[in-house]
Amino acid sequence: MRRLSHVIAVIVAILVGPANAGHYVLKEDHARSYVGSGFSRALSTAAATQAPQVLRWAGDPEGGAPFVEANPARPDQLVGFDVEIADLLAAGLRRTPEFLNIRFDSIDQSVARGDADIGLSGIEDTPARRATMAVTLPYYEFREVLSVRDGDAARFGSLADLRGKRVATLAGTIAYEILVRAERDIGLRAVSYDDDVHPYSDLVIGRVDAVLLDNVLAERRQRSVKGFTIQPQTIAVGHYVGLLSAANIPLRDAMDNILRTAMGDGTLERILRKWRVWNDDQPRLYQRLLAGEPVPPITGLDTSVSVATMSKWDATRSYLPSLLQASVVTIVLSCLSMGLAIALGVLIATGRVYGDRLTRMALLGYVELIRGTPILLQLFVLYYGLAAAVRLPAFIAALLGLALNYAAYESEIYRGALEAIPVGQLEAARTLGLSERQVLTLVRAPQAFRLALAPMTNDFVAMLKDSSLVSVLTVLELTKQTQIFATNLGSWVIPGTLCAGLYLAMSLPLAAAARRLERRWKTPAP
Amino acid sequence: MSDVVLRTERVHLSRGRRPILTGVTLDVARGELVALMGPSGSGKTTILRAIAGLERFDTGTIVVDGVPLAGGAPIPPPTLRQLRRKVGMVFQFHCLFEHLSALSNVCLAPVHAHGVAPAAAATRGRELLAAFGVEHRADAYPRQLSGGEAQRVAIARALAVDPPVLLMDEPTASLDPDRREELGELLQGLLRQRRTLVVSTHDEEFARAFATRIVRLKDGVVV
Repeated sequence: MRRLSHVIAVIVAILVGPANAGHYVLKEDHARSYVGSGFSRALSTAAATQAPQVLRWAGDPEGGAPFVEANPARPDQLVGFDVEIADLLAAGLRRTPEFLNIRFDSIDQSVARGDADIGLSGIEDTPARRATMAVTLPYYEFREVLSVRDGDAARFGSLADLRGKRVATLAGTIAYEILVRAERDIGLRAVSYDDDVHPYSDLVIGRVDAVLLDNVLAERRQRSVKGFTIQPQTIAVGHYVGLLSAANIPLRDAMDNILRTAMGDGTLERILRKWRVWNDDQPRLYQRLLAGEPVPPITGLDTSVSVATMSKWDATRSYLPSLLQASVVTIVLSCLSMGLAIALGVLIATGRVYGDRLTRMALLGYVELIRGTPILLQLFVLYYGLAAAVRLPAFIAALLGLALNYAAYESEIYRGALEAIPVGQLEAARTLGLSERQVLTLVRAPQAFRLALAPMTNDFVAMLKDSSLVSVLTVLELTKQTQIFATNLGSWVIPGTLCAGLYLAMSLPLAAAARRLERRWKTPAP
Repeated sequence: MSDVVLRTERVHLSRGRRPILTGVTLDVARGELVALMGPSGSGKTTILRAIAGLERFDTGTIVVDGVPLAGGAPIPPPTLRQLRRKVGMVFQFHCLFEHLSALSNVCLAPVHAHGVAPAAAATRGRELLAAFGVEHRADAYPRQLSGGEAQRVAIARALAVDPPVLLMDEPTASLDPDRREELGELLQGLLRQRRTLVVSTHDEEFARAFATRIVRLKDGVVV
């Protein structure tokens, strides 16, 4: 019965709430259940003034334990140390915690625009966040550590040993910033991921040679993935903080007081021990904080040259080369993928128009399968799903994934265009003695191609933008590079404008070239 | 009848359960202009399509200048290739290739189906267009041609591969009286070249004026 009520609550949440915003309500028995914020607003209106104020906190359950995750036994409930810290803060403020499910890389923006009061999801303290947001006292100190395959443990002990090697990490993190510097200084290759699971699985299967992430993530992954060793050397030290908007400083100060109390009375220790992340670094951190000592956001990474502390102009100048480089990846990937998609699309369309029944059915099946499933899923399957059988390099997987997906759409354009050529013309060509192949290549296809040109151009421009999806396969293209720039800068204004400008610089000439081609090929009007 | 160039014998053709041709027997001698007449649905266009190898028929035989077609089976590719050299067809709506100029429409088959050198094909194409009074429209695209011009280009295109038999489906349907007269004279000119023409038409006056023989079809059979 209770399970049924949760299911109904989830359906109500989907129907009335925003797509990605749910929240949980702390009930008397401490069970938490998602309900939509729309539903909750209705309830709170009904309860009027007696209802306690809520503390909206943003997190990403995809990050998983020990931070925030859906309880494996009760998927409608959230568990993790960040969940308990949110409870602690809410209780101290006499508010009801309300969870907002926000993608990890969007938590900053979500908090800045006021969707949530605080972001808590293993969020790192950085100079950029200190400069542009309000951060709480750090409640956890972590160490950036290097993980390598067991067989490489003796030869890859530090970043300096990894010259020319591929080192994976999460994009937009301190670890990523360290790797970008090391790319320049040591000559390794930074590979950015959108999640913290695949870096380790790719490490074990040999796609990358090392992973740099914090010890919490590394130790957690080591429990489920075998075959890698965490090296003892600390590459840098950082902290988890709560993240508030710059306008919320009074709330932040209130939270800092709650955190100080929890550091002093052992509440934080109990929470962190429960989640098996307590270690000797934490009491030392708490002592310094309680003594009023300043704690730098990062130790072990020179942050004096961080873009967050540069002028906007200098930051732009320092990131422009990497944005241009990412644009080259975007345009090369899009052009190659589109070329392959066109070739495959022509074959599929020809097979669907001229093939026997079996061929037509098989090709229709392919088109419907591709059109009926998300491109992200297809990319994941191609890169990670098939990794045991075929270990495609990321760029090749991205190229193939985009091409196979777009080929299905292109084939429908070409099929429609081929079928739009009047049958009379085809019969006239046959009576003149042209073979079926000649009818296709000399009469049908040239006219069909003219009809298909406008929708093809449209798809090419769409491909330029869809190519941003391949960042999930660690291909660093323009959108991903922009996101990294924005995270490090703490603002989307300049990176977003530059990114839009670069996309337009690629798509406008393309559209103009297609218009010229259309004009040239257009048969003159009467 | 001497020198029969086209013979159809008891040709039956059904679409599903609907009989379209119910035993068409017809002999056409070289140099004739036969007008096929009859009400709509009588099978005029269908018998032309069967003769041109565009429509498979159920039973009976068709022989075009020595190339035999048998009912009930697809035409074997070698036979089809021979047939294409024997018979040309001009469609009611001309069916010119929209992406090619008038001259390119005329030259396409000689170059690609018959291996004529492009320059020679172009010379011959211009001659044909000139013969039908549309040489000045050689570079125009089909959409730029009037109905009468498009028809003449379509005839030139069909004759460019020099078939002894030319089939025309409703050639007068979209012509005004003056253009109809000109078409008649043009067809007479083709007769003088000893070509054989089979023309389906509803136009009694045109048929009486220009055909050497009128054959009437009704319910899929010659009456």
